[in-house]
Amino acid sequence: MSDTAQPEAVISVQNLGLTFQTGDGSVEALKDVSLDINRGDFVSFIGPSGCGKTTFLRVMADLETPTGGQITVNGVSPEAARRARAYGYVFQAAGLYPWRTIGGNIRLPLEIMGYSRADQVARVKRVLELVELSDFEKKYPWQLSGGMQQRASIARALAFDADILLMDEPFGALDEIVRDHLNEQLLELWKRTEKTIAFVTHSIPEAVYLSTKIVVMSPRPGRITDVIESPLPRDRPLDIRDSAEFLEVAHRVREGLRAGHAYD
Amino acid sequence: MKSVVPVLTVVGAILVIWYAAAVWLNAPWAYDVAARGDRVLSFAQLVADTWAQDKPKLPAPHQVMVELWQTVVEKNVTSKRSLVYHAWVTLSATLLGFGMGTVLGFALALGIVYNRVMDMSVMPWVIASQTIPILAIAPMIIVVLNAVGLSGLLPKAMISMYLSFFPIVVGMVKGLRSPDAMQLDQMRTWNASRAQEFFRLRLPSSMPYLFTSMKVAMAASLVGAIVGEMPTGAVAGLGARLLAGSYYGQTIQIWSALIMAAVLAALAVALIGVVQRVVLKRMGMA
Repeated sequence: MSDTAQPEAVISVQNLGLTFQTGDGSVEALKDVSLDINRGDFVSFIGPSGCGKTTFLRVMADLETPTGGQITVNGVSPEAARRARAYGYVFQAAGLYPWRTIGGNIRLPLEIMGYSRADQVARVKRVLELVELSDFEKKYPWQLSGGMQQRASIARALAFDADILLMDEPFGALDEIVRDHLNEQLLELWKRTEKTIAFVTHSIPEAVYLSTKIVVMSPRPGRITDVIESPLPRDRPLDIRDSAEFLEVAHRVREGLRAGHAYD
Repeated sequence: MKSVVPVLTVVGAILVIWYAAAVWLNAPWAYDVAARGDRVLSFAQLVADTWAQDKPKLPAPHQVMVELWQTVVEKNVTSKRSLVYHAWVTLSATLLGFGMGTVLGFALALGIVYNRVMDMSVMPWVIASQTIPILAIAPMIIVVLNAVGLSGLLPKAMISMYLSFFPIVVGMVKGLRSPDAMQLDQMRTWNASRAQEFFRLRLPSSMPYLFTSMKVAMAASLVGAIVGEMPTGAVAGLGARLLAGSYYGQTIQIWSALIMAAVLAALAVALIGVVQRVVLKRMGMA
């Protein structure tokens, strides 16, 4: 990374391996994974279940410990990055606390990280505007729809100063119409905040629509089979999905997924 | 308001059964007395007699109510004949024991959740403690504590504590562990300290469990206090009233003490219910 001519790698991974020991033998969740994620990238991880995409994201977040290889986040170990609160993590479920209002839920990480009271108020207001939930600050989670709850959980991950956003199938449980809308909003957010985003999904259109880089993975052992640099421009209206370029990328992703499955 | 009719129906049915049972159970004594006096009882006389005996096998409801009125309302509350005085003696031991039991149960639950050694070792002992009949161990506690110079309120409260810590431990272990893996991971991604995780996630998550356990613990605590009053020589308290009543065949006194105990338990549990509703409402969970 001393080479300044290259774009700055925020997350850098070499020959990463992770083997889970289970009751009936060991499972290679990740094998020989190497990848660089650059500042400002939107990287999607796509693959069938069991390909290790979520495990990979959890390794970046220091929620799993790799058993081999190297990984750095912001130039340091994932643990140091986690302790420095370098990333926001959005889980599959919104995971809002039912005893806190939407505003209170977004304030939670800010309280934990010791932001001043005035700063908390300002930040909650700002991120609520960002996800278009300003009118819902005083509402409780059960008063919101599933899509709104997930938006609130994204706002929570954006509220503090982390320039990396790790998202684990955040829209997996939502219907397609809501998902389209949230994808559009997410791109808008990404452009405005200039965060680096790692995004796990199992939807090909979602991956192609959102990403600057698509990482195709396959299972047993979990590994990367293809890395596609998207030729699409950063400005992406929803109807870009009907363009020839889009379909071409989607086709290549599908081919990659099929190749990974060829042997079983 | 819709529940008034069903409740009154049930109360009415209980009274009917109670009065009928009083006639049935007290009839032998009435016939006995009549036979010795060479009298023959008409049905009306029989009923009147069975509902007005001095030491009936089963006192009629109105006899118990009269006794309650005389011992609750007409006696000065500082008098040893006042049921309010005895109820207060029992209630003070119940509340002290309940408080101690809640603190002990909470502390044990904390240990079990946060300390692996305690997690592996404490629960079997907690369960074993509850399999010992309280009636067997209560006199031992009283005697041992008396030997070290402790008597009066504290030994009774200890017995209440012995019964009431158990539901708190079980409920709070469950409650403090109720956050799922995702919520705990989330705390980790924010690099939250253990104290922050406890106060912001585990403790609020456990609140519904806490109140449910406290209701069970309060009822158990009252039983403990009453049992604790029995081996002390029937000095004071509802347990003493029960014991003295059974010595002298004062069934009316026994029943009025029983009803007083039931009312106390209902009031204490209802009080916890009110606190529960207020707290959960303020937390936005109810």
